[in-house]
Amino acid sequence: MLSLTSETPTPFHRIPAGAKLGALALASAAIFQIPSPALMALPVAVAAALYLSCGLRFARQGLRALRPLWPFLALLTLWHGITQDWANGAMLGGRLLATVALANLVTMTTRLEAMIAVMAKLLAPLRLIGAKPGRIAFAIGLVLRLTPAMLERGRQLGLAWRARARRRRPGWQIVLPLFLTALDDADHIADAVKARGGIPD
Amino acid sequence: MDRDLIMIALFAALIAALGLIPSVTLISGVPISAQSLGVMLSGVILGAKRGALAAGLVVLMVALGLPLLAGGRGGIGVFAGPSVGFLLGWIAAAFAAGLVMEHTRRLPVWAAGTLAAFLGGIVVLYIPGIIGMSVILDKSLAEATGFALPFIPGDILKSVVAGVLAAALHKARAGVLMSRA
Repeated sequence: MLSLTSETPTPFHRIPAGAKLGALALASAAIFQIPSPALMALPVAVAAALYLSCGLRFARQGLRALRPLWPFLALLTLWHGITQDWANGAMLGGRLLATVALANLVTMTTRLEAMIAVMAKLLAPLRLIGAKPGRIAFAIGLVLRLTPAMLERGRQLGLAWRARARRRRPGWQIVLPLFLTALDDADHIADAVKARGGIPD
Repeated sequence: MDRDLIMIALFAALIAALGLIPSVTLISGVPISAQSLGVMLSGVILGAKRGALAAGLVVLMVALGLPLLAGGRGGIGVFAGPSVGFLLGWIAAAFAAGLVMEHTRRLPVWAAGTLAAFLGGIVVLYIPGIIGMSVILDKSLAEATGFALPFIPGDILKSVVAGVLAAALHKARAGVLMSRA
């Protein structure tokens, strides 16, 4: 399904995932140290330049990925407008935009497989306390497979609801049947896994 | 053991799927998504440890760049945003809800489930959530608490739904409450 990696090829796609994540961690830590509102314009401009260097199409995708931040930016504007502390408001807004935009950039230019490989390395020490990487990978694959299946089931239940009810949109009424069918799925999957010799470690 | 893992993955998928159900807007104008209902139910149904693992699996997959959060959000950017505390708090919330469920065996399922969802999904969840908002938006804890307050009525509603759903599931499929097994 459904990954946030951008299909538009960019130079950043070719940088190893571990390097990008390391750079992101350093950049985020540095941005949090910036003391003045004027300096905060720098990381915002850098982030914008990085996106634009990958083309307008990609930059527009990046802008769309920032949409969930608008309510918080509006809150900051309102808050600092009332307290007449615009400088601090601009700094916090800039910090939020820059850190989230840079993090999104890594997500948008890194394929899922590469992220999973980094995760496997980072989680390797957990082996010592009994975690089994193979089982984590299996669980991730299962969630990837089950989520769209569950959405499709929800859609079907919604259609069934609509066929019988006067109200157009189904709501909480379909949640119980959704859970019940999901529980039945779990039984089927458990049987299927057992038949194939269990989940590998 | 394999069945445990399958149930954990199943509830992680449910948390993700519930995020994509269009959110309901309360009278107060605050949108509530069904996603944290999934977190509450993970704890209530699966118990503390497995519930926390289900929530943790979603958090891990969000970090890997999958759009599993309400409105198709995801990626590392979420961890730099103001709601990071709520996201990480899901793990503690599901654990707490499961813990309450495991220790209230004498209560009827709907009451224990509602209580567990309330304590885990609101009391425990809001602590990291408010700390996260306070840090990212640079506001005092009291101010950040004020920002979170409008969401509490919706979450109380979700606790009750979680309790009622847990009771209905328990009735329909005996033995589904791994938290009480």
